[in-house]
Amino acid sequence: MKRHVAARHVTGIIAILVSAILFLVPFGFIVVQTFKTGPEAARLDFGLPTQFVFFDNVAKVFETRDFMLVTAFINSTILTVLSVSIMVVLSAMIGWVLARRPSRWNGLISFLILAGLIVPPAIVPTAWVMQRLGIFNTIGGLALVEVAYGMAFCILLFRAFVSTIPRELDEAATIDGAGPIRLFFRIGFPLLRGVIVTAIVVQSVAVFNDFANPLYFLPGERNATVQLTLYNFQSQFQTTWNLLFTNILLITIPPLLMYIFFNRQIVAGLTSGAVKG
Amino acid sequence: MATLAPPLQKNELAKTSNLKRPRRYAHRMYPHWFLLPGAAIYTVLFIAPTFASFYFAFTRWTLFDVQFIGFDNFVTFFTDPQLSKGFTNTLIYGVLTSGLKVVLGLLLGVLLTSNILARGYLRAVVFFPVLVSTVGVGITFQALMDPFDGAINRTLAIFGIEGPGWLTDPTLVLYSIIAVDVWKGVGLAALIYMAGLVAIPRDYYEAARVDGAGAWDNFRHITLPLVRPATTTVVILSLIGGLRSFELIWAMTGGGPGFSSDVVASVIYKQYAAGFYGLSTAGNVVLFVLVSAIILPLFLWLNRKQTDL
Repeated sequence: MKRHVAARHVTGIIAILVSAILFLVPFGFIVVQTFKTGPEAARLDFGLPTQFVFFDNVAKVFETRDFMLVTAFINSTILTVLSVSIMVVLSAMIGWVLARRPSRWNGLISFLILAGLIVPPAIVPTAWVMQRLGIFNTIGGLALVEVAYGMAFCILLFRAFVSTIPRELDEAATIDGAGPIRLFFRIGFPLLRGVIVTAIVVQSVAVFNDFANPLYFLPGERNATVQLTLYNFQSQFQTTWNLLFTNILLITIPPLLMYIFFNRQIVAGLTSGAVKG
Repeated sequence: MATLAPPLQKNELAKTSNLKRPRRYAHRMYPHWFLLPGAAIYTVLFIAPTFASFYFAFTRWTLFDVQFIGFDNFVTFFTDPQLSKGFTNTLIYGVLTSGLKVVLGLLLGVLLTSNILARGYLRAVVFFPVLVSTVGVGITFQALMDPFDGAINRTLAIFGIEGPGWLTDPTLVLYSIIAVDVWKGVGLAALIYMAGLVAIPRDYYEAARVDGAGAWDNFRHITLPLVRPATTTVVILSLIGGLRSFELIWAMTGGGPGFSSDVVASVIYKQYAAGFYGLSTAGNVVLFVLVSAIILPLFLWLNRKQTDL
């Protein structure tokens, strides 16, 4: 038994050391650079800063290019809130009907949902369709694209959960005279609360961290989202490392807060396919 | 998820109402128009462009006009070494990231569900990179992997080892990016494995212990077959992600040096940015065919095996 305890401590300590080197050091590196002045950060080492200029760096990052980061935070917030709320409501409606009402179309619909998870989006044709509709390079247009790309995941999550809610509740509500809309929003939606929080958290982090889609469908400085601001401090000739790492730190705060407060929901959402049944 | 479900009440009332539920009831209470708003967005912005890509891939398409040119784009794609390099790189990238995430994810999953010290801390630390912006991670490792000033090579220098040019050596660059991709994504794989591992009933291990099975037997004959659903999820998810990967590569090297770390997704973006819309769309079709040709058979095969158990 004693040998067992010792072995447990040894593996534990090794794991803690290895994880610290592999996972904490890169984040520590980011944090240390944000404290430094430009020339010191450019050395890219772990040396401690001689002057502590973290707050100057934060101020400078915000001021760069006419407060572009502020605009970007506003843009990203609008994009995230808009796309995630549309995505969640529409996917919940779809998941609700698909789980409650089996029909001969269900096979085709399931196929289309799986396709949404697998098929890489066609970029130029999507931009072309958006241009035709007059929504290219608008935040609303990009939000709809995010909805289209994120919906498949949400529908699968909702459909699986709806099928575990007993139908008797629906029937009771119907007897009390509820119509389909009231039934869904008054009975279905509240019962789905747990899984809705999961969908909101997972998709918010995904949309907020999205770099590729804003790059394709929302070009231009005025419309920059937070991920694109990272390129403010990096050019072909010179990189302002201290400001760049400060920027990385600032845009990591929202996902970090999500992780701290909604850890359980994130885990539930991301592991929903892992256990059979 | 299933464990969150309230227990189904199998009383008499439920049975009768189940039998008597008329079709019209379903029509009225769960109307098909609930599907319409979502379906409209999905069709216009995802399905229609996907179908359109099969036409535009065969055209010379610029800002000004569209001209049908047959298979020329595909010929260019596979004969131009700059572009075909992206194709082989995509395969290497997808297969390696997926394989490494399965192996390391399972190892971490076993470790983090065992009775290890500081389990909560370890789980948090391993999972956190999943939530950090890919571009941020890419830029950070670009700095760490700098051949002269980077922390990795400086640390190696302390031990007298001359570190390679992680991102400047054309033969090495793709593997360096793969390593960072695994670093960022292995937490998700471990998380999925953890959910699969805790669902295995303890009794099996008890019974095996009575029969005199060792740790390796347990792993080989109980754990491995029973985490199969988790393995399927990890393989499929990481292959889809790996084959479509763009952001990390773009942030770390932009496909360089030269074209040595280009993948199909970065070629698509480069051609789009350069205004060669037809060629870019052909790249999209190539990626579509590649992903479908790998994922669909694999998905069916892995699921068939699952029902055999």
